Amino acid sequence: MTAPTMEPQVEIAGRGVDQVVEDIPATVPMPASAAEPPTTRDILIINFSGDLEKTWATMILASTGAAMGVKTRVFVTFWGLQTFVKDSRRVTGQTWMQKMLAMMQRPGVSHRKLSKMNFLGMGPWMMRSLAKKYNVASPRDLLEAAQMMGVEFIPCQMTMDMFGITQDDFVEGMGEPVGAATVIGLITEGSAPIFI
Amino acid sequence: MSAVQVARTVDAKGLSCPMPIVKTAQAIKEMPSGALLEVIATDPGSTKDFVAWAKSTGNELVEQSADGGVFRFILRKK
Repeated sequence: MTAPTMEPQVEIAGRGVDQVVEDIPATVPMPASAAEPPTTRDILIINFSGDLEKTWATMILASTGAAMGVKTRVFVTFWGLQTFVKDSRRVTGQTWMQKMLAMMQRPGVSHRKLSKMNFLGMGPWMMRSLAKKYNVASPRDLLEAAQMMGVEFIPCQMTMDMFGITQDDFVEGMGEPVGAATVIGLITEGSAPIFI
Repeated sequence: MSAVQVARTVDAKGLSCPMPIVKTAQAIKEMPSGALLEVIATDPGSTKDFVAWAKSTGNELVEQSADGGVFRFILRKK
């Protein structure tokens, strides 16, 4: 596309970058530490909740982490597992109790419910309408962006077994299931934990 | 048009957080080192976000300007 014409027009050829930055009426001053080499830690998001608003938070932070060049992993456990089941799967589980639980909360990233003000789907519908109006990317779009940028989504083996969810139930690209020791290991090795 | 020779432009107008950053990260990945990327956004949070993004990724925020709610960033790939 062609960029809209903007003032002031800036000529940077032949000038130092510091000069250029000073010349621009920047809305935010450059931090003094901007010249230092970046030091980053890995991020480990523990996605425990399956609520719509918390799913959104997980997807926003995961995609942003990857976009910022930070190694980002998402450990998916308990109600979070349902988020990563294919939208087309109506029921998961083998026993009647596992199936009942899945029936009470339809699996899939597109079928999340609000933790409060759900009102039989009215709340999520209004939330999604507002998101659309304000051009906020959906959890599904953010999940796809995060996967494309290399975020690792790692399911929890124990809760998969408990809910009767199999690797085949998940969307494409889910990692190998692991346990709590892997989570603690990543944190003690320096990953910043975020529990959602 | 600006005198700056940009290799590519990301039009993130109308997009909310975090999509301007996500689209920028995806675009700059395919560019050669040293190339300039222009980003046009309308999300007011992006003025601070691009400073943080540049610091974290090591790409350089060469220039940023605002014009009537439209924010323009010039980034140089590291």
